[in-house]
Formats: sequence, structure tokens, C-alpha cells
Amino acid sequence: MSIELVNVHKAFGDNQVLKSFTLSIQDGSTTTIVGGSGSGKSVMLKHIVGLLRPDEGDVWVDEHNISRLDQESLFRLRRNVGYVFQFAALFDSMTIAENVGMGLRRMEDFPGEEIPDRVSECLRLVDLDGYEGHLPSELSGGQRKRAGLARAIATRPKYILYDEPTTGLDPVTTAVIDEMIVRMSEELNVTGVVISHDMTSAFRISDRVAMLYDGSVRVDGTPDEVRASDDPIVKGFIEGRPELMAVRP
Amino acid sequence: MSAAAAYVTAVGRTAIGAISSVGRAGYLGLSSFRALKKVRLWGPHLLEQMGRIGVESVPIALFISTFTGIVLALQASYTFTGAVPLYFVGALVGKTMILELGPVLTGLALSGRVGANIAAEIGTMRVTEQIDALETLAYDPVAYLIVPRVLAGALMFPMVVVLADAIGVLAGLGASMALLDLSAPQFIRGVRLFFDPFDVRFSAIKAITFGITVTSVGCSFGFHTRGGAEGVGRSTTRAVVVSSMIILVLDAFWAAVLLR
Repeated sequence: MSIELVNVHKAFGDNQVLKSFTLSIQDGSTTTIVGGSGSGKSVMLKHIVGLLRPDEGDVWVDEHNISRLDQESLFRLRRNVGYVFQFAALFDSMTIAENVGMGLRRMEDFPGEEIPDRVSECLRLVDLDGYEGHLPSELSGGQRKRAGLARAIATRPKYILYDEPTTGLDPVTTAVIDEMIVRMSEELNVTGVVISHDMTSAFRISDRVAMLYDGSVRVDGTPDEVRASDDPIVKGFIEGRPELMAVRP
Repeated sequence: MSAAAAYVTAVGRTAIGAISSVGRAGYLGLSSFRALKKVRLWGPHLLEQMGRIGVESVPIALFISTFTGIVLALQASYTFTGAVPLYFVGALVGKTMILELGPVLTGLALSGRVGANIAAEIGTMRVTEQIDALETLAYDPVAYLIVPRVLAGALMFPMVVVLADAIGVLAGLGASMALLDLSAPQFIRGVRLFFDPFDVRFSAIKAITFGITVTSVGCSFGFHTRGGAEGVGRSTTRAVVVSSMIILVLDAFWAAVLLR
């Protein structure tokens, strides 16, 4: 098991976001966590990379308990994890090439003279070759997301975490990003964890789909299993029928 | 909830908020101290920050000190009329500029320029998840963002302040020669009358603490920003207000400790 969250609780003040959240993510798979806005999906994702620490419970990545790691060990572990932010979170004072090369410059074993080649290779993978000298403000929303993806894959991580990679994008750009997520999994053999509330995307790119509801996992299975679920909450969310979700069995 | 209970709750929340802020700032200070050893992260940015915090602040510091020196000379002359020899204008301008107005006015002006700039920049990075992005790329944001700014403040504020002191005194000299019946040798005689090299050291010591205050308060408010553009605005304002207040407290502290 590569990533495992066990009985995780997290609250912000009076707002209990995660309650006994438990989920296992298999190596080499792409797992999408779906759920309504504000259901705690991004909070869950930030626990995997140690940006947030659980109030209770454990988060395991590569057999390391994230919640118990000291800062230096956490930084070392993060070199195996790429994170694609919802709004890309590119460093706005740097060019796209500098952004993509940021992680590489932290790798002591990566030769500095090879950084430009690796940056170009990553930008080619996300169809952004030729944009090296541009500033993030000169790119469209979809291009910024792809640049964020290039930055995340530059260090050849074992895991890539995607925080709502297609939110706010038009259907064509959404399909392009989806295709890239599949390509990352197939060509680079990375384990992907995707946060989304776009069911079409989720079924298209995932090996497994889990639904986060009321702070814990409501359903976890293959896309077909989730599609076939009789749970009115799951069905209501997938089909966009709030009247079903109003009934709690 | 009764009005009294609501009032007590509000006071309690404010107190908890204030104590939390102090705790967070203290923890950030400790983390910054620990991050000093990560020279590879902050080293490459130190010169750039020294330029932004120090060199780019020189024009505003000189503008303030020039007019302060002129006003000091004219007010001294107005106060001394007939009772005190006019060359004492030089003594008053020199002492006041170096001991008090040079460092304090420059410190307050730079809390607006430098402190606000740092809080807004780091605050924007926080709300746009750029600081989280740094962390996921295995960068310690404290070493990368805070340490070079605080070090640059500690190194550059004294240089800017000592320059402002000198320009203020020179402006006083110019005003005395142009607007008062006082020659340059007389003014300089007045300056030298009570000048003590310790005064410059005193000015620089104050400036170092002001530099650390302005940059670390700006960093702390920026780093703990929440709530989008409004939060950035709030952090920026608070950084300027809090660092200005601390500067005035430090001013009194150093006078009590070093001038008695």
C-alpha cells in the first residue's frame, strides 16, 4: 500500500471537516476523490503531503507516518510527491521555465546543467514547449494548469496529487487535462490522486473512485461499481439530483 | 445570549486571538533562527533583498531627513533667538538628528514602505497557495522567504539611517547658511561641541532593531494571512501599525538602556 489515511479527524474551529476518514490508494493507480464543494477534499489531499496535520489518525506515505515526521524528513519525502494546485500556484515573479525548474534546483543529485533540458522535456509533455520565457500572467487558465503539472512532474515523482485540475476549464481543455493525467499514469507510471467534482472526468481517468461525504468515505470502488451504487447519496451526487441526497438512509 | 455574555465572549475571543498571534509570531521567529543554517536557501536571495529593502529605500529616507534637517535648524534658531549663541543650532541639529529623528523617522517611513511591501508580497503568496507550493517542492518557506528579508533589514537599515543622519545634518547646515545668519564653520563648531562617536553607534543600534522589527513583523503578518485580497489588505495595514508601535517602544527602550 503506497498511500493510506487511517481514521483521520480534522477540524477547523467548530467545523469538523474529516471524521474517521479512511482510504487506501494502490501503487500505480489513479484514484479520484469526488464530493461536493466544501466537503473537505482539498483538506484531505493536503494531509497526504503534510501541508496539514491530522488532529487524530495517521497518514502513511511509503510506510512513513506523515503526522510524525520531522520537518527535514518531510521535505525529503515530498521530493517523491508532485502537487498540482487548483489555481496552479505558479510563482508569479518567475518565468515558466524557472517555475518548472524549482523542484529540480532542490535536488542535490540532479546536475544543474541538465535542468534546462529537463524543463523543456516537461513542457513538451504538457504541450507548452516554447513557453519557457513567459510569465504565468501571460498564460491562459488551462495553460497555467498545464505549467503546474509540468512543475509537478519535473522531479519524476512517484505520486502526483491533483487538486481540482479541471475546475473552471472549458470541455475541450478539460479533456486535454484528463488525457494528460492518464498519460502521466501510463507513461510515467505514477500513482495519481485526483480531487474533483466533475463526474465525467472522474470516470474517464480513474482506476478507483471514492466519494467524500460528511467527513468520511461514502463509497470506494471502481468506476463501474460506483456508477452502479444504490446509495441515494452517491446516486444523487453522480446524477446531479439533490432530491435523492436529501434522504439519509 | 445576553448582552453581557456576548461582550465577555467577544473580549475572550479577542484575547485568544491576540495571544495566538503572539504565539505564532514567536514560533515563526524561532523557526527563522533555526533556518539560519540553511544558507543554500536564503544565501542567493540576500543581495537582492538588500537592494530592495535598503538601496531602494534611500530616496524616501533622504527626502525625509533633508526636510527634517532644514526644519530643525530653523526651529532651533527661532527658539534660541537672543538667549543662546546661534552656533548651538549645529549642536541641536546634530544631536537630535543622529540620536532621535534620523533613526525614528526613517524607521517609521520604512515600516510603511518595506513592512507593507513584505506583508503584501508574502500575504499574496499565502492566499494564492504559492507558499504551499514552495513546501511541496521541498523548500522551507521560512528559510527561503523570511530569513533573507530579516537579515537584509538588519544589515541595511543602519546604513540607510546613518546616511539619513548625515544628510539631515548637511541639510541643516545648508538651511543655516542660506536662511540664517550662520556660517559653515560656526555650524560645524556647534555640531562638534556635543558630538560623541557613540551617538552614531547608538543610532545604528536602534536602526538594526528597527530593521529586524519591520521585516519580521511584515513577514509574520504576511505569512499568516487568511482570506484572499481582503486578508492581504488587513495584514498589510496591521504590519505597518504594529511595527510602527514597536519602533516607538524600542526607541524609548534604547534611550532608557543606553543613554542613562
